[in-house]
Amino acid sequence: MIIEELIEYAQKLHLREKTGKHEVKVCSAAGCLSLKSEAVADELRKKIAELGIEEEVSVKPVGCLGLCSKGPLVTIDSGNRVYQNVKPEDANLIIEKAKTDPQSETDKFFTRQQKIVLENSGQVDPEKIHDYILRDGYKALHDVLEMTPQEVIDEVTISGLRGRGGAGYPTGLKWNTVAKTGNIKKYVICNADEGDPGAFMDRSLLEGDPHRVLEGMAIAAYAVGADEGYVYCRAEYPLAIKRLKNAVKQAERAGVLGKNIFGTTFSFTVDLRIGAGAFVCGEETALIASIEGKRGQPRPRPPYPAEVGLWGSPTLINNVETYGNIAPILRNGGEWYAAIGTEKSKGTKVFALAGKIVNTGLIEIPMGISLREVIYDIGGGIPDGKKFKAVQTGGPSGGCIPEQFLDKPVDYESLSELGSIMGSGGMIIMDETSCMVDVAKYFLDFTKDESCGKCVPCRVGTVQLYNILDRITKGTGTMEDLDELDDLCDLVKNTSLCGLGQAAPNPVLSTIQYFRDEYIAHIVDKKCPAGVCKFHTHAETGKSEVII
Amino acid sequence: MVTTGKKVKTFIIDGKDVSGTEDQTVIEVCRENNIEIPTLCHLEGLAEVGACRLCLVEIKGSNKLLPACVTKVHEGMEVITASEGLKKYRIKILELFFSERNHICSVCVSNGICELQNLAQRLGMTHVHYPYLFPKFDVDASHERFVLDNNRCILCTRCVRVCDEIEGAHTWDIMGRGIESMVITDLNKPWGESESCTSCGKCVAVCPTGALVEKYKNAVDKSFMYKKDKLKFLPYLTTMREVKNEQS
Amino acid sequence: MSKVSEDIALNTGSDTNSAKVKAATVWLDGCSGCHMSFLDMDERIVELLEKIDLLYSPLVDHKEFPDMVDVTLVEGAVSSHEDLEKIRKVRAHTKILVSLGDCAITANVPSMRNPFGVEAIMKHAYIDTAVTKDVIPNEVVPELFEYSRPVHNFVKVDLFLQGCPPPADAIHFLLTELLEGRMPDLTKVSRLGK
Repeated sequence: MIIEELIEYAQKLHLREKTGKHEVKVCSAAGCLSLKSEAVADELRKKIAELGIEEEVSVKPVGCLGLCSKGPLVTIDSGNRVYQNVKPEDANLIIEKAKTDPQSETDKFFTRQQKIVLENSGQVDPEKIHDYILRDGYKALHDVLEMTPQEVIDEVTISGLRGRGGAGYPTGLKWNTVAKTGNIKKYVICNADEGDPGAFMDRSLLEGDPHRVLEGMAIAAYAVGADEGYVYCRAEYPLAIKRLKNAVKQAERAGVLGKNIFGTTFSFTVDLRIGAGAFVCGEETALIASIEGKRGQPRPRPPYPAEVGLWGSPTLINNVETYGNIAPILRNGGEWYAAIGTEKSKGTKVFALAGKIVNTGLIEIPMGISLREVIYDIGGGIPDGKKFKAVQTGGPSGGCIPEQFLDKPVDYESLSELGSIMGSGGMIIMDETSCMVDVAKYFLDFTKDESCGKCVPCRVGTVQLYNILDRITKGTGTMEDLDELDDLCDLVKNTSLCGLGQAAPNPVLSTIQYFRDEYIAHIVDKKCPAGVCKFHTHAETGKSEVII
Repeated sequence: MVTTGKKVKTFIIDGKDVSGTEDQTVIEVCRENNIEIPTLCHLEGLAEVGACRLCLVEIKGSNKLLPACVTKVHEGMEVITASEGLKKYRIKILELFFSERNHICSVCVSNGICELQNLAQRLGMTHVHYPYLFPKFDVDASHERFVLDNNRCILCTRCVRVCDEIEGAHTWDIMGRGIESMVITDLNKPWGESESCTSCGKCVAVCPTGALVEKYKNAVDKSFMYKKDKLKFLPYLTTMREVKNEQS
Repeated sequence: MSKVSEDIALNTGSDTNSAKVKAATVWLDGCSGCHMSFLDMDERIVELLEKIDLLYSPLVDHKEFPDMVDVTLVEGAVSSHEDLEKIRKVRAHTKILVSLGDCAITANVPSMRNPFGVEAIMKHAYIDTAVTKDVIPNEVVPELFEYSRPVHNFVKVDLFLQGCPPPADAIHFLLTELLEGRMPDLTKVSRLGK
């Protein structure tokens, strides 16, 4: 099969559907669906039928349009304008706009972004492969099969792409390592066990453009010499799972997955594995154990999965967003990608904006723009005239960055210098009503519950850390507790077995570093500056004093 | 010429020149050279898990501490097994173990022969400065010969591994996660009702603390297992393992 | 080994021989076994008393804790407000506080009630197993804390002598070392549960 045949196949499928001149695109990602965007789509279809203008206007469900806080979202044609908070009764107006109004978007939320990974999200119908193919889908895979695997890896290396799961390991280097293990059975895994609280980048991509991820995996499989792949997706994402399953089926039918892809000797099949609700299974060795049907626990590395992975075979394991970058890199060349971003952090990064911010939603920005631009220009700043306090990146493994560093660029090195991490892309904004001790406690509560229990520093250390923070938020902490926090964080960080434990102290360390005053206010003055923590006086508890 | 096919690596442990074959771990070479490294989860003859974190060592050129039980030797490496920093970490790790469950040495059947207790003394743990958590665990005495007391378990998983890898019964496993993890028999059925348990007693033999003990008996000093010259339990484990490896 | 700075270590080796070292022992939630072990030093106690004044102890008849003593050995865990008040007072009037035995160091046997809760324990002790009258006392017997805890959870402790009880030899070693002006490494002479 050549690419023209694939396009022809897609066009046939496309023609089978009745589409109008103008397409009204209704967001059907989980966020808008929960705001009843389906009802909007139904009403639109009904109205179009009533008016008998099917040839002029048609309705299309698409993936995430980004501005989740203002859903349901609707856009028309190439998405120059996004209509917000659309209700079924707005159907007539939307149809009218579709016929007449070619306005373009001026909101900085949209104009400051640069979409590579999400370029199709909000444009294609995620449940229809032909929509993807007609937007250059699977073209990169087709072209790649005419290159040598080494040429493919070189292109990824040139692009400077780094792992989007959080640690930022150079993707080209990882591929090379797996490729060099020789001509043996290998696997490719897509880590879709997105578990950080407040993060939904991977979910949105899988829901909005699943074929993009599959194409990335297939290219990776060709480059490293694998013929089997797994997507490990958390069970909490039923819509993503449904759309992925559907996409795999369609891709196999179209001949872009399965045996002899594009008529070559390259074969690649993809299977899905559903997680069972353990955060630690986002750690690669625990994820592999879980796919193997074992208890989802990490093991010491080395050996790394690139050498000894799934069922003992060399395994390439990348995050959803990393795979999402692959097809555009191969289509446009590594140089093109490397021109975006900063010297050490290339390309774009998808973030999920959440917390105390006007524009909650999904964004994609070029690396290197400042946190201030992200929060104020794209995010629209802090709602209700409140004052910004901190931005948390990297979820339970990251840290809180205060106001004075808002002009720092968003890249791997800068965030790590600030005591946080890039992480997978969760960005939680906190205003003056957030208590930083309480925030640290929240994350430790999360990590202590999600610790797998294998190694003692993480299993017990996180509980002891949580207990100290709990005491401080209840007004019974001491200054010795503050020293103990430092000491225990050091122990947990340096002696835990896997990344979960090693990074668990970060929220505590960064809040102590930047908001020590708040800790001291709790301990010495028995006051919570943000008014979050409630201290019970001895009279209230009925005890003469509080005993640990 | 006879060759074993294994390459020999020479390197340095605590300033001493040593050598080992490429498939050996740091801890194996340490023990051959009488360099003591504390561990609780490692047991020769069982698969390594690297979970107790007591055998962490410093390796020059690496910014991470590495567990000696799973770190393979390589040419020219420089290992430091007992820096002041490591000693402090080890004591704190022991303290975390003690704070986690109800380790009351004075009333424990394994008092005096417990590896956790011995390590605490050897490494100089004067007290546990972390607050004790005092969890509540039931004791399972349903088996006719053995008792499981989770209050004394340190989750080293030796029982899980010996039962799976050597006895081949896989009666034991871990349930729950984090601080709530505990060893269970079958699908958390009482031990006495376990259908897979062969009552072989290997789990009791390898337990480093008083979590698994034999009824009506004083606990047995298991230190012979770790001494090279007393060929009793250890060679048995190793032999079983070799047989298993040959078969697979 | 010790965290205590030199300046508070006992110094009787010099010309201050005229003044004996002031010592005390206290008994919190424990079985008195550590005090029995103290007595097991037998005739060595007589020798020690040449250099030590035992000012306050369950073994002597003083009712009030002295103004300032050089060393206090504390047996037992902190299980009630009574224990807590006592140990705070002792700490305030002691230069070197030694946790004597496992109850003081780990809460040991008194802590065995902790997982069950105070209510269950009181009911079991005073109602379920009562022989005469089944009432939970609310006078005389101090109200229990939720948990029995080691002494160092409440006040700073300078030395820890493990053991249940610590052997008489170990106690003797502790005292003679202190008299020599040294802060001894006690993990060499005893251990938990010994």
